[in-house]
Amino acid sequence: MEIKQTAMAGTLESSDIQIILRAGTNGYEFELESDVAKQFGDQIKATITNVLQAYAIENAQISVVDKGALDLVIKARALTAVQRALAIVDTPNWEVM
Amino acid sequence: MENKVNRNIPDEILASYDYQPFTSTDIEGMPVERVLPTFKATTGSNKLVDSLADLVNKTVRDGMTISFHHHFREGDYVFNKVMRIIIDNGYQNLTLAPSSLTNVMNDIVVEAIEKGVVTNITSSGMRGTLGDAVSHGALANPVIFRSHGNRARAIETGAIKIDVAFLGVPNADEMGNANGMDGDSAFGSLGYALMDAQYAQTVVLITDTLKPYPNTPASIKQTQVDYVVKVDAVGDPEKIGSGATRFTKDPKELKIAEMVNNVITHSPYFKDGFSFQTGTGGAALAVTRFLRQAMLDNQIKASFALGGITKPTVDLLEEGLIGRLMDVQDFDKGAAESMHKNRNQQEIDASWYADAANKGAMVDKLDVVILSALEIDTKFNVNVMSGSDGVIRGAIGGHQDAATAKLTIISAPLVRGRIATVVRDVTTVVTPGESIDVLVTEVGIAINPLRQDLLAALSNVPGVPVFTIDELQQMAEKKVGTPKPLEFTDRVVALIEYRDGTIMDVIREVKD
Repeated sequence: MEIKQTAMAGTLESSDIQIILRAGTNGYEFELESDVAKQFGDQIKATITNVLQAYAIENAQISVVDKGALDLVIKARALTAVQRALAIVDTPNWEVM
Repeated sequence: MENKVNRNIPDEILASYDYQPFTSTDIEGMPVERVLPTFKATTGSNKLVDSLADLVNKTVRDGMTISFHHHFREGDYVFNKVMRIIIDNGYQNLTLAPSSLTNVMNDIVVEAIEKGVVTNITSSGMRGTLGDAVSHGALANPVIFRSHGNRARAIETGAIKIDVAFLGVPNADEMGNANGMDGDSAFGSLGYALMDAQYAQTVVLITDTLKPYPNTPASIKQTQVDYVVKVDAVGDPEKIGSGATRFTKDPKELKIAEMVNNVITHSPYFKDGFSFQTGTGGAALAVTRFLRQAMLDNQIKASFALGGITKPTVDLLEEGLIGRLMDVQDFDKGAAESMHKNRNQQEIDASWYADAANKGAMVDKLDVVILSALEIDTKFNVNVMSGSDGVIRGAIGGHQDAATAKLTIISAPLVRGRIATVVRDVTTVVTPGESIDVLVTEVGIAINPLRQDLLAALSNVPGVPVFTIDELQQMAEKKVGTPKPLEFTDRVVALIEYRDGTIMDVIREVKD
């Protein structure tokens, strides 16, 4: 699947995460900002990657500002960002949820 | 070698600092030898000096140990004024030995480190840009972190030998009689500075308010002071103490506070004449409020409250619920101002407060203390020094000292954001688990297995679920996930002493 439009989900409140997806050409290109990057950076990327893969997105620029979000929050924000980026908000892919 | 809390202390650190590894919190009978300052007697009738710059030139030499206090907290002007002169004059290899370092001092200390002006530091703690710089290896030698009581011990025994103490005071007369409670920049108790005044070779008082001689009540006395300098302002009154302390509305903090209160009131120590110490955080202040009601309901009065004093504690004194406030520092304006009118608010120095190397400190008589933690591990060891990224961002304060109380309660949330507070192993051991009795989180409490008596007393308290600390740790980990271990280099950037001067842990340079 190709990203149709730049999309954002999430806020900069503590315990939230803001994810911006843009069309890319070179696999998944992450830009991550987080106070817990040292301990959880890889896990944050892995959680978002899993969601992107579930939607068969192959290329994306992913800007992430994490404010200490728990895994379930990261997954929810990633799902929303993907659906907005693919313009399928009205027809979500229930199987990946 | 490994010490009692399983921390690996490099042999070269043990050798070059002549350290004994930490073995026990029991220090009864520890031999003590004091080192007193040598100086030339003075008999002049005026110690006033016009220029701070001239005085620094006259008193400071390369390689000396200089000290400051942190009672002006974030409103301190004195530290920056003196350090500016010292840096501009190109001094080298100084040891900085303040009672603690506040954020307002960070930038100039980083500059002094970069220019080789300061090569050694001992402090209660540090934060922000300074903690970051030190954690990245900026300082030539490891910082030595000491508790407030341990600093008193180190000064008395000569482990810290202060050459010149620059002590800011909100008032003084021309002979050096001074206190902390009068003047525009009043902060209340001079508790930590009293050690420097008593033991430094040269004592310089810096004030913005000269009083007619003799200035009383005198906390620092003319018998201890070499010079008095007048400057325009010693501090920013707005930033010295926090304003009125608000009662927390955070439901998590309130829940913790309520549970802490339940632990105290169901413990065997909650009886007439008990004593307690609380910190400043939102939960600690809320505990004071709950405790007040419990004291009224049960007609129980406390004999004393100890340590850093806040307005809510002063209110209890004025209400007659506390007999004495034993006051080593004041955290807010209300507490500072009340020193004047309440004769039962007694100023105490750091030695009287918390020193392990004297003939009895107030903490020895302390029944209940509520302390905080950045991390606490399944051995009940507490970290209040290094952050979740391994960078120095805290202070020992009186943590190790007050933790010797009969009932030591750590109040902390299970997790903060994605960071677990209850962990398998703390990053840095500051206070040994042997000192800690009960951990209170928002989901329930854990009792140190060393305290079977408390386990019996607190097992069936309504609203206080009891878990093992391992269960709380697993709960936290399940919530946030398993963090990747922090990475450090082999280089030691800071040493954590225990209150008896043995070594508890080391902090290593962070790898980025």
